[in-house]
Amino acid sequence: MSDTHAQTVSFVRETMLPEAEPPVGNRGAILWMRENLFSGWFNILMTLVSLYVIWWALAHTMPWVFNGIWNAGSLTECREIRNATLGEGASAACWAVLGDRWQQLMFGFYPRELYWRPVLAFVIFLVAIAPVLFAGMPRRALWITALSPFVMFWLLWGGTAWFPVSIALGFVLGWAALRALAPIAGPLVAVIVAAALPIIYWFYTAGPLARELEQVVALRIEYVPSQDFGGFMLSFIIGIAGIILSLPLGILLALGRQSDLFIINKISVGFIEVIRGVPLIVWLFTASLLLNYFLPPGTNFDLMLRVIIMVTLFAAAYIAEVVRGGLAALPKGQYEAADALGLDYWKAMRLIILPQALKISIPGIVNTFIGLFKDTTLVVFIGLFDPIGLSNAIRASVEWNGIYWELFVFIGLLFFICCFSMSRYSLYLEKKLQRGHN
Amino acid sequence: MTDTTAARTIDRSHMQVSDEVAIEISNMNKWYGSFHVLRDIDLTVYQGERIVICGPSGSGKSTLIRCINRLEEHQSGRIVVDGTELSSDLKNIDKIRSEVGMCFQHFNLFPHLTILENCTLAPIWVRKTPKREAEEIAMHFLKKVKIPEQANKYPGQLSGGQQQRVAIARSLCMKPRIMLFDEPTSALDPEMIKEVLDTMIELAEEGMTMLCVTHEMGFARQVANRVIFMDQGQIVEQNEPEAFFMAPKSDRTKLFLSQILGH
Ligand SMILES: Nc1ncnc2c1ncn2[C@@H]1O[C@H](COP(=O)(O)OP(=O)(O)OP(=O)(O)O)[C@@H](O)[C@H]1O
Ligand SMILES: [Mg+2]
Repeated sequence: MSDTHAQTVSFVRETMLPEAEPPVGNRGAILWMRENLFSGWFNILMTLVSLYVIWWALAHTMPWVFNGIWNAGSLTECREIRNATLGEGASAACWAVLGDRWQQLMFGFYPRELYWRPVLAFVIFLVAIAPVLFAGMPRRALWITALSPFVMFWLLWGGTAWFPVSIALGFVLGWAALRALAPIAGPLVAVIVAAALPIIYWFYTAGPLARELEQVVALRIEYVPSQDFGGFMLSFIIGIAGIILSLPLGILLALGRQSDLFIINKISVGFIEVIRGVPLIVWLFTASLLLNYFLPPGTNFDLMLRVIIMVTLFAAAYIAEVVRGGLAALPKGQYEAADALGLDYWKAMRLIILPQALKISIPGIVNTFIGLFKDTTLVVFIGLFDPIGLSNAIRASVEWNGIYWELFVFIGLLFFICCFSMSRYSLYLEKKLQRGHN
Repeated sequence: MTDTTAARTIDRSHMQVSDEVAIEISNMNKWYGSFHVLRDIDLTVYQGERIVICGPSGSGKSTLIRCINRLEEHQSGRIVVDGTELSSDLKNIDKIRSEVGMCFQHFNLFPHLTILENCTLAPIWVRKTPKREAEEIAMHFLKKVKIPEQANKYPGQLSGGQQQRVAIARSLCMKPRIMLFDEPTSALDPEMIKEVLDTMIELAEEGMTMLCVTHEMGFARQVANRVIFMDQGQIVEQNEPEAFFMAPKSDRTKLFLSQILGH
């Protein structure tokens, strides 16, 4: 190559160059603005138009928000105060309605003197999900998480404490059956028995058992029927129960849809397609009207419970499809490596496949959860008092007849806070799990 | 092909072939749909043998060794591994898989687990080894493949050669009696091939039964006690490496060798 040169001096670098700083002048607010907002005539035009639109929107809403009147007993009083202070026809919100009715928006018709119970349940909920959401908490804290649903149930509905205890006993029963049977009868039989036994127990034994125990040791607090539940408390209960229950169900459905076992595969596909292919509102009407026909006569299945089941099934179908996408995105080599090491199906899924597939699916799963949470407002159509339903109820009163925006802004804001937190959490989780992957 | 291992003299003292059968394949056939991939395969592998399988692309080499741990299912004939016949019985399959280690062309490490966790996973969950002990075993084998210092990194942070050595260590942690390799070096840059081959040579020196699909003919010459040539789903020729390379009998083998050796 280099023989054209008479003498080639070989070059050997003896000391390596130090790392250099990036050039200056790539920083500064002015520079940033010039690059991002005013880089060309089209960009300048877009910036100006956008600024105008933002200004226009703020100019029309901000006076309404900040001139708002906080102390008044009714809409008429609000108007009088406004006319006196700001002048006839000025734009001013009447936030007083929130001060007057926030309890209703939050708790529906839950007895006032018992508000501490849902509040305490909410605090327990926050404590219980912390170890699930954030790694680094002691593993033992998960026991609190496992017990919390029963405590929360008791706090919310009240009645005898023996009822949630005897429900919890069903889970213990199933777990014991699984433990006892798995070595003797094989995993399939064990799983079937472990699923069937608690269901039979809940239907026939749990109720009487709780009553018997109550006779022996009375442990009851005031019972609050589901009809009194409402407001954000209702949205929260349905939304959170739906989210927590639909994730495992959705994962099972996704695995079922991938399964080679004909029956399981077809049942999963059928379930997903039917549930997903019909609007949620139809399922909610089914829950409120039809479901009682299918249940054994005499069972009075709580409407809220039925709604939770429907919302769960609906979300699970979506989760299943999202997770299936994650499963399909994994290279085949991961399944093969797990197989080649001798891991059985469930271990391979739990330790190798699902951790990776779920990581890929996080944005889709959280998207589904956010959708589910907002869809809880649909229960207004079957007569449950979610925040929207309560806004109608508040408007029906003489004092607040005709008030719309203030209530909707408040409801919207609360929903936004919840959904935005979920979205932020999902980003945090994605970042945290990003380590080490190629 | 590159003769990357030529420089090393190897210790053959442990490389005794016993007369105990490790794998027995008789009259085995496999189809993908209507495509006949493997035809009447008969192969007996003795404990301690190092077998290299070569052949043109698509000849069924991967399929053959993947049948041995049932990553692929065969449709007729018998495969007996360590005295256990491969059937659709899941118990037998899991038993055989825990006895037979496998290394893949693309390593297939678990990217969400650290190197150490990759190595301890199967011992803990399949063999029920206590965690502490599993970690000791893992560190032992990571030292053996010369990357103990990487134990707490994730696979994505390692080079290809290092990843493949981790994959070998991961298999070894299960204390397998047989190791299968499917083109372990063909996804690697030339300078990393040697480090992986050296690891495999060491394994051979310790008397591991190995079946290895590879085009590294230097490795075959040095380590193998038998070279198998496959074409169109059949075993065309098998012989000791010297005889195989110097005096191939079939025309197809000659053609293949001339293509692969004679640049
Ligand atoms: N899952 C599959 N479905 C259908 N055909 C397949 C499948 N896997 C492999 N084949 C075909 O079977 C034949 C043998 O494949 P195999 O992977 O065993 O070849 P190979 O000898 O390992 O080739 P290479 O050297 O390219 O890896 C090829 O013709 C391939 O196209
Ligand atoms: Mg191959």
